[in-house]
Amino acid sequence: MTLTGWLQAVLLFLVVLALTKPLGTYMHAVFSGKRTWLSPVFAPVERIIYRFSGVREDDEMPWYIYAFAMSAFSLVGFAYLYTLLLTQAWLPLNPQHFPNLSPGLAWNTAISFLTNTNWQFYSGESTLSYLSQMAGLGWHMFVSAGVGIAVAIAVVRGIARSGRSTLGNFWVDITRVCLYVLLPLAAVFALVLMAQGVPQNFNAYHTVTTLEGRAQTITGGPMASQEAIKELGTNGGGFVNANSASPNENPTPLTNFLEILAILAIAAGLTYTYGLMVGDTRQGWALFSAMATLFWIGFAVIYHAEAAGNPLMHQLGVHGGNMEGKETRFGIAGSALFAEATTATSCGAVNAMMDSFMPIGGLVPMVNMQIGEVVFGGVGSGLYGMIEFVVLTVFIAGLMVGRTPEFLGKKIERREVQLAILAILITPILVLVPTAIAVAFPAGTATLGNTGPHGFSEILYAFSSSNANNGSAFAGLGGNRFYYAATGIAMFFGRFFEMIPLLALAGCLAGKRAAPAGAGTFSTSSATFVFLLLGTILIVGALTFLPADALGPIADGLLLHSGRTF
Amino acid sequence: MLKQLLTAVRITVISIVIFGFVYPALIWGIGRVTWPNQAGGSYVRAHGRIVGSRIIGQLWTRPQDFAGRPSAAGKDGYDPTATGASNDGPDSSALLARVRASLKALRSANPNAAQGIPIDLLTASGSGIDPDITPAAAYYQAPRVARARHLPVATVRRLIVAQTHQRTLGILGEPRVNVLELNLALDRLH
Repeated sequence: MTLTGWLQAVLLFLVVLALTKPLGTYMHAVFSGKRTWLSPVFAPVERIIYRFSGVREDDEMPWYIYAFAMSAFSLVGFAYLYTLLLTQAWLPLNPQHFPNLSPGLAWNTAISFLTNTNWQFYSGESTLSYLSQMAGLGWHMFVSAGVGIAVAIAVVRGIARSGRSTLGNFWVDITRVCLYVLLPLAAVFALVLMAQGVPQNFNAYHTVTTLEGRAQTITGGPMASQEAIKELGTNGGGFVNANSASPNENPTPLTNFLEILAILAIAAGLTYTYGLMVGDTRQGWALFSAMATLFWIGFAVIYHAEAAGNPLMHQLGVHGGNMEGKETRFGIAGSALFAEATTATSCGAVNAMMDSFMPIGGLVPMVNMQIGEVVFGGVGSGLYGMIEFVVLTVFIAGLMVGRTPEFLGKKIERREVQLAILAILITPILVLVPTAIAVAFPAGTATLGNTGPHGFSEILYAFSSSNANNGSAFAGLGGNRFYYAATGIAMFFGRFFEMIPLLALAGCLAGKRAAPAGAGTFSTSSATFVFLLLGTILIVGALTFLPADALGPIADGLLLHSGRTF
Repeated sequence: MLKQLLTAVRITVISIVIFGFVYPALIWGIGRVTWPNQAGGSYVRAHGRIVGSRIIGQLWTRPQDFAGRPSAAGKDGYDPTATGASNDGPDSSALLARVRASLKALRSANPNAAQGIPIDLLTASGSGIDPDITPAAAYYQAPRVARARHLPVATVRRLIVAQTHQRTLGILGEPRVNVLELNLALDRLH
């Protein structure tokens, strides 16, 4: 580890910290329908959208209508992308004349983008037309991120409102977040990326002759616009196969820093929005502190493991940190920081290949996803995921002291706890059951890139990632029909079986009246609470996944250090 | 319920227009005016023709050229239409066999090298089209390149110093040398 490596991480954290309040305040204004400084530009567009779509701004929705609208929108988006991928050969903006995708791959990719996962069984540069990229995947990157944030805001409204059973209007929320938050940030970021060297063109691939006389085919495409929203919306689907490791998507150390910042900024800002909405910004900072603590632990462990390097290489007389699968311009620190950020959130973009990380360096991203990506988390999904754990923690704390648990003045009763537990339990079910099935059948082990415990890690990582809607991979694992289907199912249920119970929970809470805090009220903004919350997250995550992780990365690490190879 | 479904279809259509077409087209339009070179692919011209892209690494095998890192992109490596990494795990015997073979090849190609082989020359990059090597990897190859080009080693080393990009703001990323730019700078010495 080096001092500059640590300084890079500290600088990143300080910038995230500095942006949290202004960004959170701005998003609060957007969701409350207040005028913002961008209203002169976007308010007319907003009105056109509502008029065209028949949306009435003041139509309030109860939780089940909100959930239905969200599901209907997702369903239409799925049908659209699936159709687009199956017909791209006959559509314009396909200068490489790529054929239509196979139905299995199209199905997997459509679910992957609908759920904000962006798992890549496709290789963008050799599979997808420019139209599929920008109007298919790129559009999903905006709206699937928008859906996540809209749901999070609805859940917070449920907590904040008193004696009113509605959660807001889904169509208004999704329109505002995409228009006022994602679009301006993406546009500015795309311009910076382009200035740094990320291409933005519609040219056919160009074959050049190198100085040594070889032919090399240089790819192109509208990459800068897509790269920007890919990070901001914690989407993570690469324009090209190598994702942000590719110099096309991430050409300089500055773009690398800004991409990590873009992955974290909105999710961090939402903690402040949450604080403003519930009328007590300390509540938001409490969540921020819990998230920041886990972030630093994760980064430190990855950075240490990767900087220490591979003992099997050291035995060959090759010294230094683990550079397999990493880019020269980012080095160990820049890769470790990206890996932590991308799995702490639900982004899943990668700038270095996790499959080639040291076993413990690869364990941390896996654990980040297994605890539900609540360390800042996906845009929106991180906040509502954290709220699940807050409800659970409040409940456990209530049991410990023998009082009816309360959360911001509202009694947490049987139904709320049941719904929170349901949303939490979906993660282990969708990770461990498919992993077990994959190990038991030849189709599940046919496409492994590595053998031994590392091969098992590839499978466990795939389902941790698809259920958590992350999309990063131990990419040695290849796609086949089993994985198209199995990860598709995990992505789908991992997304909607978390969102819908949470909306129901919010619906319950919205209808309750808040009681004023008394002397016996357990504060959810104190250091004690943050500590308890961290304990709940780690115990629920660790107890559930420790046995599986022990068979994968932990066994891998122990065997590697005893000199065993596979 | 039917009303919500209808709204879903309409919102989908209008948002595809805005986010799927207007937004990328707007960025493209600005790029054509302000950063046409970068937006177009950062092509590099030499000897009156395009010889590659500044940001995309190439395969170099001649002794008079600096070589880049091992690459897992495509059949022969450095194929931008098949970007990717080896994805070998750290305890993979395939990885160790490859490193052993690279060690042997590098040692025989660089008999006069002054120091040990830097790890970036033995490990495949994440993208397979990494355009850079570390300054240490460049210095390691300097004696071979100097001999093949009949140049003093000191001249080549000075060129490496001039071509080294330091960390951005002193802390972001790592120091590096762009292999294509370095080899072009060498060509200009003749």
